[in-house]
Amino acid sequence: MKRHLLLGLALATSLTAAPLSFDFKDPKGVNAIQFHLDSVLEPISGTASGVTGTVAFDPANPAATTGRIIVATKSLVVSNATMTEHLQSPMWLDAAANPEIVFELTSLTNVSTSGTTTSATASGRFSLKGVTKEISVPVKLTHLAGAYGKRLNKPELGGDLLVIRGEFTINRGDYGIQPGKNEDKVNPEIRLTLAIVGGAPKA
Amino acid sequence: MTTPAATAFDLRRLARLLGLVVLLGTGVFWAAKGAHTGWSQNRVPHRQVDEITGIEYVTYEDRFVPGLEVLAAGLGLAAGLFAISFFFNRNQPAPTQ
Repeated sequence: MKRHLLLGLALATSLTAAPLSFDFKDPKGVNAIQFHLDSVLEPISGTASGVTGTVAFDPANPAATTGRIIVATKSLVVSNATMTEHLQSPMWLDAAANPEIVFELTSLTNVSTSGTTTSATASGRFSLKGVTKEISVPVKLTHLAGAYGKRLNKPELGGDLLVIRGEFTINRGDYGIQPGKNEDKVNPEIRLTLAIVGGAPKA
Repeated sequence: MTTPAATAFDLRRLARLLGLVVLLGTGVFWAAKGAHTGWSQNRVPHRQVDEITGIEYVTYEDRFVPGLEVLAAGLGLAAGLFAISFFFNRNQPAPTQ
């Protein structure tokens, strides 16, 4: 009787297993959002490397994934120092007044999993320059079981990795970034490319 | 002793020579630094791939690469010097006693 109770308890625990919490402050520092804008002479491309946040992901139930990814506005850079200053200035992102760019993932839909990769549409609240909008973006989540320690050259650590990839476009005017201005010089559309990894060390 | 006409002629030649030096110097500098056809760069991006995750990420090398605006500025300065050279009149009259 006692044995059956323990077995039942173990089964119930496994069925209601908590999702893994992945920390996106990458110890190797590769996490970044890349952005591209068409402009006069050449496209403006840059990166935002100050990525933090956590995502709760259950490999057995990817549809239940939730989380919050934060990007430090001051970490946005382009190859030209003057352009970087303009980008951070009140005219563009106003990094001093809006230190964070946030995406809060509330739900995953159109979920399909093949092997370790889950494709889905991520819906949530995207906040940029003090403006928050509901957006839906296509993403791919790759769960690399046991790869956390291996990546840090410490296989004894164990743990899992979650790689999130996605690409989407926003209109800068929607977020109060020079709405309707300089559109002949800098395209109003900003293409954002996301490729970030989160780690969940073995507890 | 040099006459005012000779001085003006020398200045005229000097301005044109300076213009040529600026033009060639800027062109050689721009070409030697990579002949970048976009805006100037203060940091040069390099793409790298993280081994385990396959994530492509960008690292930056602090290095100045002159862009087309540097070339344009050199061309403008050279043109300015060439234009200034015309203000030095070759046929200035000799000063009266």
